[in-house]
Amino acid sequence: MYWNTLLLALREMRRNLLRSTLTMLGIIIGVAAVITLVTLGRGATVHVASEIAGLGSNLLHLRPGSRNRGPGGISGPIEPFSLADVKAVEREIGGVKAIAPIASKTLLTVYGNSNWSTRVNGTSNGYFAARNWAVSHGRPFTESELQSGRSVCILGATVRSELFDREDPLGASLRLGRVSCQVVGVLESKGQSPFGSDQDDQILMPLKAYQRRIAGNRDVNLIYVSAKRSELTVKVKRDIEQLMRQRRRIASDQDDSFNVRDMKEVAARVSSTTRTMTSLLGAVATVSLLVGGIGIMNIMLVSVTERTREIGIRLALGARERNVLLQFLVEAVVLSSVGGVSGIVLGVLSAWAGAGMLGVPLVLSAEIILIAFGFSALVGVVFGYFPARQAARLDPIQALRHE
Amino acid sequence: MSGAPLIELRSVYRIYGRGEAEIRALAAVDLAIHPGEFVAVMGASGSGKSTCMNIVGCLDTPTSGAYLFQGVDTGGLSRDQRALLRRHYLGFVFQGFNLLDRTTALENVELPLIYRGMQRSERHARARRALDKVGLAGRERHTPAELSGGQQQRVAIARAIVSEPAILLADEPTGNLDTQRSHEFMRLLVELNREEGLTVVMVTHEADMADYAQRIIRFRDGRVESDSTVESAA
Repeated sequence: MYWNTLLLALREMRRNLLRSTLTMLGIIIGVAAVITLVTLGRGATVHVASEIAGLGSNLLHLRPGSRNRGPGGISGPIEPFSLADVKAVEREIGGVKAIAPIASKTLLTVYGNSNWSTRVNGTSNGYFAARNWAVSHGRPFTESELQSGRSVCILGATVRSELFDREDPLGASLRLGRVSCQVVGVLESKGQSPFGSDQDDQILMPLKAYQRRIAGNRDVNLIYVSAKRSELTVKVKRDIEQLMRQRRRIASDQDDSFNVRDMKEVAARVSSTTRTMTSLLGAVATVSLLVGGIGIMNIMLVSVTERTREIGIRLALGARERNVLLQFLVEAVVLSSVGGVSGIVLGVLSAWAGAGMLGVPLVLSAEIILIAFGFSALVGVVFGYFPARQAARLDPIQALRHE
Repeated sequence: MSGAPLIELRSVYRIYGRGEAEIRALAAVDLAIHPGEFVAVMGASGSGKSTCMNIVGCLDTPTSGAYLFQGVDTGGLSRDQRALLRRHYLGFVFQGFNLLDRTTALENVELPLIYRGMQRSERHARARRALDKVGLAGRERHTPAELSGGQQQRVAIARAIVSEPAILLADEPTGNLDTQRSHEFMRLLVELNREEGLTVVMVTHEADMADYAQRIIRFRDGRVESDSTVESAA
């Protein structure tokens, strides 16, 4: 019986192929939109999360300046860190994998006829471990270079290509502002940061050399601290805060004059924002699915009116009320389900194309596909029921007379 | 005529509207039709013949009086039960053919069998046999638009007899056919009546079509005016 009803519904769709297709279009677009947007949204979330993880595993940023800024802005001058602070962290804090002090400035760099404005970071070899960088060509700094403050540098991939094109930069001497500096290595390329800046646009040099030759002071503006394990970041952060309050002699009723930021927190915040956007887009797409459902109801009502005579024939031939009800209901459900399946195919394809275009991973979830399909079938039942009932309750004599 | 009647109307009234606007479509109609009969129902339009057919076909119910089908009173049947009675015992042929368009002859003919829940292979076999019987073998795949009026009406007959009904009800079946096709159609009905013992009740207003029947019932103003058995010329 159910098989036969399905058969009748499929015959009906074939009889009105164009109309069936147009009716399904609403559902197809709705389902495809839901799947595309949600999939891309999830892809973006995963992408951002992995990019942030790529900034450095279990990374803490230690910056001078107050965390809590009142309505009056920053109160008092910002007191920078010193190499002694870095040493203290290294000595006193457990669970630390790597530590890297940073002092930096944007400078014009010149090599031959080329020049390029870039960020120059004075740091230590800890930078590579803390920030997940690797030297792809050449070598990191030697201990004696770090100690003596020799003027050597390691180039980011962007700087290398801007200044040297295809030439081998190793051993070459370039000018950073007024200082001359010898290239000893090139960093591997990382591309854009999750916040949109080019991570390869930088030059590294030993902190001592930077302080002495470029900055002319002993300030450290930023300290990267990388914890040994992910679950240690909270403890390491707390210990550093305690240590720095001690070192800076901050009274217990005073605010910190520095702040420690856990990149995991940032990642969580960014991910949650992207997730919210995903839900929002999904909700908007769901509305279009609903509109598609109303389209189905519309067409089914028109179809009932148009096929009044046919319904009369069926009733005369011995169709019961529930046969007719079921026929129209099944027609609506088949329409919306076939639309749903087509929508899924279209949605997956466009998500795939979109992911390629946006450079985010394709995160297909069976869950969202099942939900979209279930929803489209449900739309068929809900919006198909009313027209189907109209059809089933027709008076056979009236229906047969209908022109 | 001997034995129990196949259908029997006892003092049947069918009244539309109320009070001033009341219309008596049927008034005190008594009628009995026995298995194997070929009955023509005649009368002017508005005489009540179509209303009578609707009641006999279980598409309508009497306002008062009783309609017995194979000795069973149909008065207590629900809408659904009447649908089941139509499904298992009645075959319809309409003036306007009433085939489903864009649907092949075979699919049209097997429609009543689908409602009976019959298996596909048996359904097809029976539909082919019915089409063969009405002389349309080889036209199974044609849609109504590809068939002539006469052929369409034959498909309609095939659809009516495919379920081997107890009675065939035809409402002005030749109304949309030319004279030659009409006579061909009538000869087919007579053949089915004689060879298969099919009971036929046919509404018509054409005297020469009614002449094919064994019995002619005339309606006038909702009443049976005359009921006469014709001596077969053949």
